[in-house]
Amino acid sequence: MKTLAELAQIRDRMKNKVALREGTGEIRVVVGMATCGIAAGARPVLNAFVEQVAEQNLGDKVTVTQTGCIGMCRFEPIVEVFEGDKERVTYVKVKPEMVPEIIKEHLVGGKPVTKYTIGAVEG
Amino acid sequence: MIRTHVLICGGTGCTSSGSVKIADSLEEQIALNGLADEVKVVRTGCFGLCALGPVMIVYPEGTFYSRVKLEDVPEIVSEHLLKGRVVDRLVYRETEGNEKVEVPSLQETGFYKTQMRVALRNCGVINPEQIDEYIAMDGYSALGKVLTEMTPEQVIQVMKDSGLKGRGGAGFPTGMKWEFAAKNKVPQKYVVCNADEGDPGAFMDRSVLEGDPHAVLEAMAIAGYAIGANKGFIYVRAEYPIAVKRLEIAIGQAREYNLLGKDIFGTGFDFDIEVRLGAGAFVCGEETALLTSIEGNRGEPKNKPPFPANKGLFGQPTIINNVETLANIPQIILKGAEWFASMGTEDSKGTKVFALGGKIVNTGLVEIPMGTTLREIIFDIGGGIPNGKKFKAVQTGGPSGGCIPAEYLDLPIDYSNLKKIGAMMGSGGMIVMDETTCMVDVARFFLDFTVDESCGKCTPCRIGTRRLLEMLDKITSGNGTLEDLDKMEELCKYIQANAMCALGQTAPNPVLSTLKYFRDEYEAHVVEKRCPAGVCKNLMHYEIQPDKCRGCTLCARRCPANAITGKVKEPHVIDQSKCIKCGACMEGCKFSAIVKK
Repeated sequence: MKTLAELAQIRDRMKNKVALREGTGEIRVVVGMATCGIAAGARPVLNAFVEQVAEQNLGDKVTVTQTGCIGMCRFEPIVEVFEGDKERVTYVKVKPEMVPEIIKEHLVGGKPVTKYTIGAVEG
Repeated sequence: MIRTHVLICGGTGCTSSGSVKIADSLEEQIALNGLADEVKVVRTGCFGLCALGPVMIVYPEGTFYSRVKLEDVPEIVSEHLLKGRVVDRLVYRETEGNEKVEVPSLQETGFYKTQMRVALRNCGVINPEQIDEYIAMDGYSALGKVLTEMTPEQVIQVMKDSGLKGRGGAGFPTGMKWEFAAKNKVPQKYVVCNADEGDPGAFMDRSVLEGDPHAVLEAMAIAGYAIGANKGFIYVRAEYPIAVKRLEIAIGQAREYNLLGKDIFGTGFDFDIEVRLGAGAFVCGEETALLTSIEGNRGEPKNKPPFPANKGLFGQPTIINNVETLANIPQIILKGAEWFASMGTEDSKGTKVFALGGKIVNTGLVEIPMGTTLREIIFDIGGGIPNGKKFKAVQTGGPSGGCIPAEYLDLPIDYSNLKKIGAMMGSGGMIVMDETTCMVDVARFFLDFTVDESCGKCTPCRIGTRRLLEMLDKITSGNGTLEDLDKMEELCKYIQANAMCALGQTAPNPVLSTLKYFRDEYEAHVVEKRCPAGVCKNLMHYEIQPDKCRGCTLCARRCPANAITGKVKEPHVIDQSKCIKCGACMEGCKFSAIVKK
């Protein structure tokens, strides 16, 4: 290393990783990862969120975490999004293909993708 | 892609309670469950809550597990890491009154809430064996800043403006020390890090070295630039194997990135660091003895002046800074002298790390702004005295410090306040004592330590401390006289005034401060031949109360000296000539029939 720019480069690259670890984001994406969720395919969904949030440098805004069974196993994989005082949004039967849309429209754009939410599926 | 990080403490405290095996087993179980690409185990430095070890945090949730056992690992992996179900029984809970309450996050526990972490900011947060993680926390940016934007004079001015004083004990202003060395215009100067932490009960320097070694390296390079030195030595005790290992890894990585070595950041500044191991002599924490030891000689102090800043290592101008002092420096450079000076009191700026030990609930490391009161440290952060016992005194500054009684609990802690009441900051060891502690015995314990560690070079220390210890032995064995107390006081003052180095000059402090604040306990030993706390074995004995004894024979069976006799269902008796006063009988008695007198 010969320059300050190189130091800054390492710092910025690593900062994202360490910020992601701490989970300081205001938006929390919680993936149901109980046995029911895993059986229904929650792992690829969780990984898709983690990867794409990192790729798009949303680490300081969005925290992806997991939870246990919330009692609606027939709707698994379930992903819930919490943001400040706003009402939580519950996505059901989530597939990895839906993840880019949820990130783009909801996490970045601020508009829940209603066609995937529990209201749409149940109704 | 890693979605979850498990931070497990790899400090000495948790390592000794098994954290290395737990971390290994975690990695194994994570791999078995096919999570190796998703979950990463990070071994960090000390979190500070050593009493609860081994401790770990699972991020991003921030779940804090305490007292984890090897057997718990499969459950943590299969339940929490795989299925997202927190293992409730291992989650740390605070005791509030009689109730255990859940804490939302580690930062909100009573232990961390009022702490302000500057020197310890990366401990328990980053992996100390990864230079990249230190860089992520703005590491080496301060070195980059001084080399490219500041003159050495400006660096020294910042240090002076910040008001930083040496954290090793004496509290000498760091900026002034640097200025003295900088003024000597000679080609060869040295920067030495004093990591010979020797006070019983103090382990903040070890924790910084184990948890954030790069901060020390970066600060030494900054010091080198400021005074015009290109060579540094870290003198660290060989009894700190984890710290030594991490330092060596850190130095290797810094050299690889050319953050140590020739032409750092292309500015033409060279700086390199070597580690030197101490053999565990307490006196080598004294700066002139430390330098003598690095030179390869027997660790004995030298007369000052000349001070090391003028004539130090190998006769060259040398600055010696303590580990904790150094750990503050990169932050001061980055955030400015005003930021640092805004914390603390008029006399003492910034924060100080204390090692809490003794009769206290939360044993461990805490960092608080200067000016915090003893009451806040011991009762709010430390959780108070266990088992409903009463607070008696707190000992600060190790063998050089003094005992502070309850009347000073609300005294704001800084260098001058502690000195005024006959104690001292020292390195920041804080040993809490409750009503079952005998203050004469405490003074005896510390004197015993200094007699052992006196290097023998000067007479006041070599012979004076031994005579003091003999007088204390006489008192604790019940043969002391009131005249001895006055003689002791006189001898203490003589040693303070005449010993050559700080070891001898401060050795009488534990005796003087206990004589001052707990003279009644000394007098009870001398006049009444009684140890009020029931500690001094010659001055107490155990008795069985016949009206309470049911003759169950348990005490007779427990007694290792066969000193208790009696028939079944009849009161038993202790033969005082055989009794070794171990207390096993009293501990075992189900009828509280045995008393200490």
